[in-house]
Amino acid sequence: MSEIAATNHPTHLQHHFSEMAQQNDSAKLGMWIFLLTEILTFGGLFVAYAVYRAWNPDMFLMAHKALDVQMGALNTVVLILSSVTMALGIRAIQLDNPKQSVRFLVITIGFAVMFLVVKYFEYAHKFHVGQLPGKFYTYTGIEGTNPHIFFSIYFMMTGLHALHILIGIGLLSWVIRKTRQNIFSSQYYAPVENVGLFWHLVDMIWIFLFPLFYLIG
Amino acid sequence: MNTSQNQTAFAAPHVLPLKIYLGVGALLLILTGVTVGVSFVPLGGFNVVVALLIASVKALLVALIFMHLLWDHKILLIFFVTAIVILTIFIALTMFDTMERGLVNPETRSPIQQDAIIYQNQQQPANTNGTGGH
Repeated sequence: MSEIAATNHPTHLQHHFSEMAQQNDSAKLGMWIFLLTEILTFGGLFVAYAVYRAWNPDMFLMAHKALDVQMGALNTVVLILSSVTMALGIRAIQLDNPKQSVRFLVITIGFAVMFLVVKYFEYAHKFHVGQLPGKFYTYTGIEGTNPHIFFSIYFMMTGLHALHILIGIGLLSWVIRKTRQNIFSSQYYAPVENVGLFWHLVDMIWIFLFPLFYLIG
Repeated sequence: MNTSQNQTAFAAPHVLPLKIYLGVGALLLILTGVTVGVSFVPLGGFNVVVALLIASVKALLVALIFMHLLWDHKILLIFFVTAIVILTIFIALTMFDTMERGLVNPETRSPIQQDAIIYQNQQQPANTNGTGGH
């Protein structure tokens, strides 16, 4: 066993793992445990959404009409496409094609930026007309009681999600730089795969945010 | 896991064919169109149910295919399902509390917001004023 390890030892295998498969599995397991904490972080906000929507069904119905369905749908399409390019970027590095992988990851960042630009226009409009959380709410065009609650939850959830998109762009840039330096190959690409898992989770959360905020009725 | 079958130091990645990724992507886009379409059909309370059902199918596609859970070690799938189950318990038990408070103590039937109208525009009848002060 020790002779095998000495003669056939991959560069990226850390000394405390016996083989690459074990190292990759451990990296993935750690990432998934982090993703579970992410699901539960957003989970708290989904609970807040459920409670306040159940208490104020009519207000939620009236207030959600202030959101632009076309913008929301466009962002959903953009994020789904970014998830596809992310998956293809991982596939390219699995096939030992770092150049193609970089290309797909750059396109993924492009979609992420596009998402944030659309979000910027939505936020800018709401800031302009005063559809803001809590005491900052000054808009007068929505019938019903306390529509500021809807916008508090909207800004909290989409804001935390947008922060995740920003972090995702940072992680993607880091992975692209390392891929350009030819650090990754089909033998070692755990960081690319784990950034991909993060990115897919961010996409998955938006898949729920979109119908819950933009498509109430 | 491939550790048991493959005792060499190197691991071969499990590569999915291109058409699976493109097919799942297309399916996700179609389902997005379906959710938007269905949301304009008045179904009453079932609109939320249908929207969440479609969103769950989309999330499952992302988790099983894009995140590779279908082919990975089953412990990861168990982790994922556990998080969803805990989240469901979290939401369900909170709703049992916040929606049924009045059954135990009628004085707490009105949720807090009844006494804290920060903003109101027309609509609301005047008779809610009398219930304040608990």
